[in-house]
Amino acid sequence: MKEYSFTEKKDTRSGFGAGMAELGKSNPKVVALCADLVASLKLDAFIKDNPERFVQCGIAEANMIGVSAGMAIAGYIPYATTFANFGSGRVYDQIRQSVAYSGSNVKICVSHAGLTLGEDGATHQILEDIAMMRAMPGMTVINPCDYNQTKAATIAIAEYEGPVYLRFGRPVVPVFTAPDQKFEIGKAWMVNEGKDVSIFATGHLVWEAIQAGEILAKEGIDAEIINIHTIKPLDEEAILNSVKKTGCAVTAEEHQLNGGLGDAVCQLLSRNHIAPIEMIGVDNSFGESGTPAQLMEKYGLNAQSIVDKVRIAIKRKELISSK
Amino acid sequence: MELKQLQNTASQVRRDIVRMVHACQSGHPGGSLGCTDLVVALYFHEMTINEEKGADGYLKFSRAGQNEDLFFLSNGHISPLFYSVLAHRGYFAPAELATFRKINSRLQGHPATHEHLPGIRIASGSLGQGLSVAAGAAKAKRLRGDDRNIYVLMGDGEQQEGQVWEAAQFAAHYQLDNLIAIIDWNKQQIDGPTEKVMSNKDLKAKYEAFGWTTITLENGNDMQLTLDALAQAKQLKGQGKPIMILMKSEMGYGVDYMMGTHKWHGAAPNDEQLNTALLQLEETIGDY
Repeated sequence: MKEYSFTEKKDTRSGFGAGMAELGKSNPKVVALCADLVASLKLDAFIKDNPERFVQCGIAEANMIGVSAGMAIAGYIPYATTFANFGSGRVYDQIRQSVAYSGSNVKICVSHAGLTLGEDGATHQILEDIAMMRAMPGMTVINPCDYNQTKAATIAIAEYEGPVYLRFGRPVVPVFTAPDQKFEIGKAWMVNEGKDVSIFATGHLVWEAIQAGEILAKEGIDAEIINIHTIKPLDEEAILNSVKKTGCAVTAEEHQLNGGLGDAVCQLLSRNHIAPIEMIGVDNSFGESGTPAQLMEKYGLNAQSIVDKVRIAIKRKELISSK
Repeated sequence: MELKQLQNTASQVRRDIVRMVHACQSGHPGGSLGCTDLVVALYFHEMTINEEKGADGYLKFSRAGQNEDLFFLSNGHISPLFYSVLAHRGYFAPAELATFRKINSRLQGHPATHEHLPGIRIASGSLGQGLSVAAGAAKAKRLRGDDRNIYVLMGDGEQQEGQVWEAAQFAAHYQLDNLIAIIDWNKQQIDGPTEKVMSNKDLKAKYEAFGWTTITLENGNDMQLTLDALAQAKQLKGQGKPIMILMKSEMGYGVDYMMGTHKWHGAAPNDEQLNTALLQLEETIGDY
């Protein structure tokens, strides 16, 4: 198992803020919009340097999406920001008609996704957004894993012409990817090469997968770990090549099992290469209040859950090969 | 364009509308006929658009529309009107109007950019979104230092959508006086009279309370009055307030049996009804 370490923990939303600060300097077409959550989205630096390129929209997300589309028509690159809950389900139809169907170059950048929003509880813990955005034609869906990757993704999407849904989170988590990495939309990142099982993880679950890999290595299980930061378009080649080698898979995401990364991988495998697959995610339930760590444990979204699912996947694989 | 020419154009556009809706036996003639004078006045008189033509002889269209006045249709179901005006203005061949709502057409049931029809900048049809888009475009023009105006047309039934009021608040907050909105105040919607379905109460007072300047256009089916209202609206620029034209109109205007009722909001005439309608609408420029 390749060694990963970290010296600090940071929130992915701060990675977004850092990316925006850089775009503020490097790309005059980028404008930021926010629905009364400037501090939560870490936009202070961008606003300080570029006050004229910031549009406060107040608590009116539907309008913010429309305004973003209008500014995109003029050639700007609007980054529409709010919590994931208010930037997906609440404004689905606005994104659908004014952004995706209209081919508007709007970046919907949302924080506080998933259970790790914590104490605010289920009203704010969106766990269905990837499913919604994946289903929308023309939408690119990105869910980076740490501060550095979020920063790199934030900068990279400005260079891509078309609608993007960029999802990140609130809690501080280990920073373990390279600081000045190049982010390539749709290109999965090989975290660790292995031969016994493929672990496909996204967002906060990537670090958990690395920890799971270390536990499994001690048991003699050689896990391949791949970071699927772009859920749509899915890096089908990377996933298929991996499963053809390992023969079984586990997916891990901070999202509903229905419609998320796991579903996407299942669809791909069932069409191209049948293999046992186990999924980590929230199973048809809402979240609740608690600390991020408590919630991730209670809903089975941590390293130990990944280890457990890997054992099952490998057992199923062996059962098939012994028949 | 002179008044008489504008009136002639409006008559031809009305013929197109009923013929288009008849040909595909679907679509929305009522609101289209009611707003014809306004949209003709905008495109053939009021708005400054890029007059440059491409090698194909049609107007060059850029989605960004820098240094042009831009029009957004929020109540996208009156697409037959929009398409006919765009065709006669020179964005594409009027013959293409025959493909309206048919398979593989650029003239979708509701306006779309997806098929790249020149003249369309945003999809509309799901109501309540156009004012936000227009406000964003107006904000962008400001940021660019582009002096031209943004026009947006909405329905009065559409005012029931909450997003409209989010956008109204936004436009006033940012003092977007380069934004001129028009409400088609025909007092009808699909389920019946607006007053009965869901009363708008006092739209003028509502917009004024939101920080807009309002103009009441007493008859949006009178070309001269429509031109006057648009001229007045433009003069209000510089006061730091978005401008709303409350346009009283008659749904179905120009076809006697379609007027004064909501029944032709989204219904197509049969052959006999088409002939009756065409007898009332003079062919001026020539049918497509």
